[in-house]
Amino acid sequence: MATNSKAFNATRSEKVFDVVNAIIMGVILIITLYPFLNVLAISLNDSTDTVRGGIYLWPREFTWENYKTIFGYSGLIQGLKITVLRTLSGTLLGLISASMLAYTLSRPDFKSRKFVSTFLAMTMYFSGGLVPTYMLMRHLELIGTFWIYILPGIVSAFNVFIIRSFIDGLPYALQESAKLDGANDFTIYYKVILPLCKPVLATIALFLAVGQWNSWFDTYLYNGNKPSLTTLQYELMKVLASTNQGSAMTNANDLANQMAQISPESIKMAITIVVTLPILIVYPFLQRYFVSGMTLGAVKA
Amino acid sequence: METLSAENGTRNVSVTPEPPKKRKKGIWQSIVQQKYLYLMSLPFVIWLFVFNYLPIWGWTMAFQNYKPSKSFSEQKWVGFKNFVDLFQDERFYLVLRNTLAMSALGLIFGFIVPLFFAVFLNELRGNIFKRTVQTVSYLPHFVSWVVVGGIITKMLSIDGGIVNELLLSMHIINEPIQFMAQGKWFWGIVTASDIWKETGWNAIIYLAAITGIDKELYEASRVDGAGRFRQIWNITLPGIRSTISVLLIMNIGHLIGIGFEKQFQLQNSLVRDFSEVLDLYALNYGINIGRFSYGTAISMFTSVVSIILLFTANGIMKKTTKESIM
Repeated sequence: MATNSKAFNATRSEKVFDVVNAIIMGVILIITLYPFLNVLAISLNDSTDTVRGGIYLWPREFTWENYKTIFGYSGLIQGLKITVLRTLSGTLLGLISASMLAYTLSRPDFKSRKFVSTFLAMTMYFSGGLVPTYMLMRHLELIGTFWIYILPGIVSAFNVFIIRSFIDGLPYALQESAKLDGANDFTIYYKVILPLCKPVLATIALFLAVGQWNSWFDTYLYNGNKPSLTTLQYELMKVLASTNQGSAMTNANDLANQMAQISPESIKMAITIVVTLPILIVYPFLQRYFVSGMTLGAVKA
Repeated sequence: METLSAENGTRNVSVTPEPPKKRKKGIWQSIVQQKYLYLMSLPFVIWLFVFNYLPIWGWTMAFQNYKPSKSFSEQKWVGFKNFVDLFQDERFYLVLRNTLAMSALGLIFGFIVPLFFAVFLNELRGNIFKRTVQTVSYLPHFVSWVVVGGIITKMLSIDGGIVNELLLSMHIINEPIQFMAQGKWFWGIVTASDIWKETGWNAIIYLAAITGIDKELYEASRVDGAGRFRQIWNITLPGIRSTISVLLIMNIGHLIGIGFEKQFQLQNSLVRDFSEVLDLYALNYGINIGRFSYGTAISMFTSVVSIILLFTANGIMKKTTKESIM
């Protein structure tokens, strides 16, 4: 009897634990998701109606008008162009550099392996800092050019080490048999290693693309006064910063007349959605890859 | 996470036996032999040198009265004058206080909350619910600080912000709180935003480490009548101890170089005395007004203190838990 009631208590407290835990996780789910749904609802709500407030998860007066309006704003199209360009080229170059370096570092017979590996790892622990980096860019005359978005970040130690631990997990015999067939080191990298690395490359591509898509500070610091080189995030930043002072977009001649009857709130939220959506659509499909990519280092260490 | 893979890298390297020293001719031969490996790595080494190491050379500016129009040899050297100026500036101590306060909060909560989240998510029943929570929890990580800044400002606003509306409807407050306009809220807002954005992402590593724990341990303890909290305390947490310490060292290393993106996006002129951190100080009082030498002194101070903190944390952890990152 005594043991019975003990077991009963145990299962009951287990149940309580499960229920409380599920409730807490549910609350976390709502806290994470609500802001996005709220932004989406407001962006789809009639802009004058939004001023009345009280829009939560569903638009009260549904309209696509806000989206039509912002796509008529030349700054946004311009920013989108530069952002897509930097995301594509930055991701491609970053993948090439990280995979090549990772491959050479995975070769136990590579003579300069230790030097390259240490040289690379050091960059994760220190940096020259904001101002010296800025001054370097000035000396290299990269300020005011598109290249400043791409060149400084081409080599990332973190990405190299993730790919490298992946390659370390591949059977070395594959490389050796390729070598016996007379393949040189570049051919082995290109024909044998790269195809096998697809999952980890997908992870790194996501990291690189997200980094490029989301970065705004380089635009602010280096190209803020170059309208032809501003990025999507920077355009959003300008619009969001216009709180209660009319709108940053009043300068855009194509919008100036409409501003009177447009509530900036719905417009702001529509731009936020445009800036955010591409990544939110992509990441769940790559989840399997990036989770295992992130895990690689942890489990091995 | 960065360190985990780095440790991996260096550890593997140190295991590799050193090739026996050969004559010069032998070295050249091996370079020619491995020419493709050199072609695939040397360009990037040079790249790293230019973009990651050359800025260190820029530290010389901190000891000059740097004028962009002059060449290096024409610059006037002023010794430690910029540092004396820096340490005599009252604003510097205010900025240092902000940096330390926000990084300490970030360190404590940014470290504990993901750990809790991972441990309790792991205990969750129902695979679909578990996976949904996990997928959604990564979402904010993929959003830029520009967007998060906009969202947080909106949620905390006094007209129609959900936080104020909830507090009002529960009668916890009688009138909306001006969260964004009062300095005393700023540190908390930054910390909470960071937790909201990164908890799910930072939990990945903990979750992975938990997956690596032997399932039989849980079975055995269940037979012994251990409840869930007991299991968490006696199996889960000890099982991921090394992961915890490595991440802790890493976080301490980043204590002072916490970045400034969140502060930049959440700040406004009303709360500047609470929002300005070292990098923003360097930006505002160095780059934006052309005092490059002074700005460099601030950057150099930040970098040097970070590296000292990293080594100290590493040393302490090495002694106490035998875990280290280098």
